[in-house]
Amino acid sequence: MLGRLSVHPIVYNWTRTVRIEKVVDENPDVKTFYFRDKLCLEAKPGQFLMVWIPGVDEIPLSVSGVYSNGLASVTVARVGEATEAMHRLKPNNLIGVRGPFGNSFKISKGKVLLVGGGMGMAPLAFLAEKLAENSCEITFIIGAKSVQELLFLERIEKTLSQLKSKIIVMTEDGSLGQKGVATDPLDNLLREEKYDMIYACGPEPMIKKAFLATEEENIPFQASLERIMRCGVGICGSCMLGKYRVCRDGPVFSSRQLGEVIDELGNYKRDFNGNKVFLET
Amino acid sequence: MVLNCLEVEVAGLKFRNPVLLAAGILGMTAESLIRVAEAGAGGLVTKSIGLKPRMGYPNPTVVQVSCGLINAMGLPNPGIKTFSEEIREVKSRVSIPLIVSIYGYSAQEFAETAELAVKAGADAVELNVSCPHVEGTGGEIGQNPELLKEVVSKVKCRISKPVFVKLSPNVSDIAQVAETAVKAGADAITAINTVRAMKIDIKTGRPILANRIGGLSGSAIKPIAVRCIYEIYERVRVPIFGCGGILNWRDAIEFILAGASAVQIGTAIALKGLEVFRAISKGIEAYIKKKGFRSVGEIVGSSHSL
Repeated sequence: MLGRLSVHPIVYNWTRTVRIEKVVDENPDVKTFYFRDKLCLEAKPGQFLMVWIPGVDEIPLSVSGVYSNGLASVTVARVGEATEAMHRLKPNNLIGVRGPFGNSFKISKGKVLLVGGGMGMAPLAFLAEKLAENSCEITFIIGAKSVQELLFLERIEKTLSQLKSKIIVMTEDGSLGQKGVATDPLDNLLREEKYDMIYACGPEPMIKKAFLATEEENIPFQASLERIMRCGVGICGSCMLGKYRVCRDGPVFSSRQLGEVIDELGNYKRDFNGNKVFLET
Repeated sequence: MVLNCLEVEVAGLKFRNPVLLAAGILGMTAESLIRVAEAGAGGLVTKSIGLKPRMGYPNPTVVQVSCGLINAMGLPNPGIKTFSEEIREVKSRVSIPLIVSIYGYSAQEFAETAELAVKAGADAVELNVSCPHVEGTGGEIGQNPELLKEVVSKVKCRISKPVFVKLSPNVSDIAQVAETAVKAGADAITAINTVRAMKIDIKTGRPILANRIGGLSGSAIKPIAVRCIYEIYERVRVPIFGCGGILNWRDAIEFILAGASAVQIGTAIALKGLEVFRAISKGIEAYIKKKGFRSVGEIVGSSHSL
């Protein structure tokens, strides 16, 4: 089944209209939507869905979890028109899903470090659950603007409770954990510990910072990235990151690949008409 | 001397193989075009570029059906002035022909855009007079012989590079349209663009595409494309680029036998990945050799005499 999906990600993968079964408020601006869909249960951490909000838009969203009760979920921050509309949806409302698309995080053995900022926590919380099954030793840095915006802390505490693990909470206003951003503890951690793999997802400048830190110490790194997406299947060219299509070659990229796109990484993206838009740093 | 049996010359351009990237697929950034060249394409056709930037339609812009994809992207592009940078970048890094696809709302716009594309380094332009989902351009030009004549001849006057015209199957007589384009100066015909189509979700009752109507590509339209190319080949003497639902080398050979000098690939990339370019070229080469021919050119249109 998975082999089939990875070779022909769209052959059997048209839009399925599914009923929202549960909506959970994660914080005032973030909700998780649970629904039932067979293909989505095959999703691996890092993969995404194209989610159709009927009559409004279709947006790419990371799968934030698949669960033993047959449900899958996506987690959505209210950031624009489409996500506003999605936040108005209630249980029993319909959404369309196609996917899961894209590659996924490669599951490492041994000692791993996860660095998550803001909405980057959605795929990483899912990843932590898979890593826990592999009984990795996990350090998880969770970053957010404030304690109100912190995502999935309880879920991750529960996931990691049976493992040798450490959770480091970073908030920009210092309202919980240490004051600072998710990458602040990196230099010390990398000096003190020998990690087998580092995973990151979050704002692109954060990912770039984490990538450069891991390069210095020569530690393997994987990060999930974002671009504007339309087709989701690698033909429209809206989501180019250098020579890579984020929807098809990504969204998860390795150290080697990130090195190839370093001029663009954290520097610019393309807008809807293909123009370069430079990021604030 | 060992000849490359895949090499073709079409409208004065030399292609290392007859398997090109179709318009609208990737092709909005230099890097994506270069990637396709590295994947083994014989030539590149860019996304359709206009005089001014265009955002395209909101999502959903692509919907899958059992026999292909329906898309209504809405011609997103950064405009020829910005895109000229991408053209220059491609030309400085790859040696295969770069064909810039162009759309416009008037003959004047087509001509101006074509001129800027050539100035930036385009080896040829392909006029998109067949987009099925944007009002005021595309299909509306291809269906109006007077307008089509004006667009093609204005572009021909303005540039010295070859002019290809991409036609829509959404007409009653595509060969007639091809004849009009050739009389106005077209150096080659590309056929076919997508077929107007629609998908409705039965649970919500809503059309899925934001634009409601889009263009169908993929295996569903392949037999239509073969017929169109066959009819065009009978009527005009210029070369034809075949396009529409080619997924493998057998499909490509079918197009060539119907009269295509080269083929263009789009939807197959979604189904089979960028590896599809090399796979199709290899298959064509094996077929040519097995049949005892020396080049692709020898079998172009050969179904017509059988």
